[in-house]
Amino acid sequence: MIILFLKLFYTFFKIGLFGFGGGYAMISMIQGEVVTRYGWLSTSDFTDIIALSQMTPGPIGINSATYVGYVAVVNGGYSHAMGILGSAIATFSVVLPSFILMILISRFFLKYQRHPAVEAVFSGLRPGVVGLLAAAALVLMNGENFGTEHTQQIVSAILFIAVFIASYRYKANPIMLIIGCGILGYLIY
Amino acid sequence: MNFYLKSFLIFTRIGLFTIGGGYAMVPLIEADLVDKRKWISKEDFLDLMALAQTVPGIFAVNIAIFIGYKLRRFWGAFWMAAGTILPSFVIMLGIALFFRQFQHIEAVENIFKGIRPAVVALIAAPTFKMAKSARISRYNIWIPVVSALLIWLLGFSPIYVIILSGAGGYLYGRYRHRQDRKEEKK
Repeated sequence: MIILFLKLFYTFFKIGLFGFGGGYAMISMIQGEVVTRYGWLSTSDFTDIIALSQMTPGPIGINSATYVGYVAVVNGGYSHAMGILGSAIATFSVVLPSFILMILISRFFLKYQRHPAVEAVFSGLRPGVVGLLAAAALVLMNGENFGTEHTQQIVSAILFIAVFIASYRYKANPIMLIIGCGILGYLIY
Repeated sequence: MNFYLKSFLIFTRIGLFTIGGGYAMVPLIEADLVDKRKWISKEDFLDLMALAQTVPGIFAVNIAIFIGYKLRRFWGAFWMAAGTILPSFVIMLGIALFFRQFQHIEAVENIFKGIRPAVVALIAAPTFKMAKSARISRYNIWIPVVSALLIWLLGFSPIYVIILSGAGGYLYGRYRHRQDRKEEKK
């Protein structure tokens, strides 16, 4: 029990500490730790959580920490109350690095923000974060999300392309796209 | 009303009404704290925004922390961050407690069969937008390509990618700096 709590703390602290580049880049990191490394969630469960996070208020980092903290503990065979504690621990851990950094750097940082060394670090980080985003999309393109039998794969591919174009070219509202695809899924399958 | 309670409630409201992540919060915070209450000047607000974007972590929470810290040090940061977090925490906990019971109903399964490819597309699309703002050119495109392949095919942890690309950028910056100096001496 304690070990699971410590693992949750360590994992989400790391995610908070290395989470550069906003919510979508964080998805890649959460997935790497929570799905690939510890297996607390399956890929399809993880995708469902991203969908639910998009439709509910709040940042995706908080949403997934809260959800994963609960599910990891309850799937480990512990009670709901312990699950709620797990979700509080995960949420606390993901924001803790921000607090520590603020206290350490807020006095110095505004001065050094345009320092050449800081700019150099970010000239490497920015392209790295783009790679993280691409990886998040690639890792999620698997049988759990796109189906294993032929018809579902074709329907999934069409939905993927349609949503990609609607979002990239026409900047359509993501919530509407998710709701629309949910209705289509209900009607088709 | 007590300052801390008021800040907590302001950020709870902002957290509750922003769907779709941190950037959606910015105009709400600006309208409330800069324009309406004048707790913070426009210039300070822009500086803090830049800072919140530069440091790691959840952008929305970072903004709350930096504004809170600027106004009332630690406890200001604490209550504003708590306010931002509370709505998503409560809602997600509710979903975790109840959604899992409906997850295996056939109708729900079918709805999510349609939603999952859409979510993947919603993650793929900003990759290309971000590539533009990160100034990806033919000289540095290998960085995102190699990073993505390492994570996708070899199961590399994204954390190492972050550490390596930051360290690589730093070393390259120093190398460039030295080269420039040599040029100057000539």
